[in-house]
Amino acid sequence: MQKLYTNKEYLDHVEKEAPKSKVARNIVRAFFVGGFICIIGQFLNNILAQQGIGKDAASNITVLIMVFLGAFFTGINIYDDIGRFAGAGSIVPITGFANSIVSPAMEFKSEGYVTGVGARMFFIAGPVLVYGISASVVAGILHYLITLSR
Amino acid sequence: MPTKHIGKQTVKIQNPLSIISTASIVGPKEGEGPLSLYYDVVIEDEMWGEKSWEKAESKLMRETVSKIINKSGKTIEDINYILAGDLLNQCIATNFAVRESGISLYGLYGACSTMSESIGLGAMIIDGGFADNAVCVTSSHFCSAEKQFRYPLELGSQRPPTAQWTVTGSGGVMLSNQGIGPYITYVTTGKIVDFGIKDSNNMGAAMAPAAADTIVTHFKDTGLSPEDYDLIITGDLGSFGRDLCEEIVNKQGYDIKDKYTDCGVLVYNKEKQDTHSGGSGCGCSAVTLAGFIYQEMKKGKFNNVLFVGTGALLSSTSAQQGESIPGIAHGLTLQNKFG
Repeated sequence: MQKLYTNKEYLDHVEKEAPKSKVARNIVRAFFVGGFICIIGQFLNNILAQQGIGKDAASNITVLIMVFLGAFFTGINIYDDIGRFAGAGSIVPITGFANSIVSPAMEFKSEGYVTGVGARMFFIAGPVLVYGISASVVAGILHYLITLSR
Repeated sequence: MPTKHIGKQTVKIQNPLSIISTASIVGPKEGEGPLSLYYDVVIEDEMWGEKSWEKAESKLMRETVSKIINKSGKTIEDINYILAGDLLNQCIATNFAVRESGISLYGLYGACSTMSESIGLGAMIIDGGFADNAVCVTSSHFCSAEKQFRYPLELGSQRPPTAQWTVTGSGGVMLSNQGIGPYITYVTTGKIVDFGIKDSNNMGAAMAPAAADTIVTHFKDTGLSPEDYDLIITGDLGSFGRDLCEEIVNKQGYDIKDKYTDCGVLVYNKEKQDTHSGGSGCGCSAVTLAGFIYQEMKKGKFNNVLFVGTGALLSSTSAQQGESIPGIAHGLTLQNKFG
């Protein structure tokens, strides 16, 4: 039995024979759903900008609304269905970020608000925050050094 | 010199030892599957009136045990042992399920192979003269398993085609030295086989070599051949794992094609239920054995069955540390005629 395959032969065989994801279909779906979410964001942004509240305020409020929508659709058990259909199309926009925080918060509610919800809600988004903030600090320092030398 | 051990890994049961009753309780998705008519109870929602999925899984097992005992006609006092296990850390579904039963417990962990592991051990305990009756039972729950091993349910992500769907359900049997069959006649205990698969979304491929190893070893140890069986069924390899297992067994000179299938393939309708490669979890082989296999043996459709529970012995910690997935498979021969 052990001599039938080496590990590498077996892994290669499995790799070759395994049913494949429908990549083309998934890309098309991700493109359209992701694009649609972005159109909603852009639409909100344009409307808010017309209210004369300034560009920055308009984009901040847009982000707030999109995060709320992501959290809301997670809470009513719809975002996971969108995600199953759209893949990266609904993960990449900021609504996906909201989903990644609200979904564990819902999941670990049974372990209490401190050790469950509080401790676990960032277990998917946490790495994004850690490395995102770290990268922004590094970029900030570089920016400072470059402007200093000018 | 052991008198009942034959070959490398097999025990031949010497005295008639029957499955005298079975019970299975499943979740709503399994209740919509192709084997729905074989289950005792289909629960309406996955919480089943409990406050958490873990408690719901425990309730599944508790109710299954009580059904098994009721259907057997035995009383609690007649049961010498419960042999049980589940997928949750420290087997909590099991421990809480049998907390009030007052029956001696052996808690087992064989991942999804626990059904055949517990029956194998139960058979040896009874054949050894250490007990008259033993209940062997396992459970799994889609939501509690996803929570422990993967991502939150509401996270919007996609599953690859090789991924499997953990069965929500509990199934089990009562073994007894008094009974009229189906009899347990051989127990082939598996060993760990690991070909280095690391993808926990491809458990079928991780477990297939272990299943094939146990099937081939069983034939070599017992001198039986595929012709002696009318059903050879693995626990939860799913459709891709089933194909791999059949291929590996075939390469070693045993043709099982016509009589071989997998509980994970039977338990769902792959196309309609979006379950990708098929079912998995302790409950997968347990409810299929307690429902479909047992009832069809009783009707005489199958008389000789090789039941091979398959387990992927990973944890979320070992997976994060980059370890591969050790596979194991335990085989049992079920026969309508003894000897």
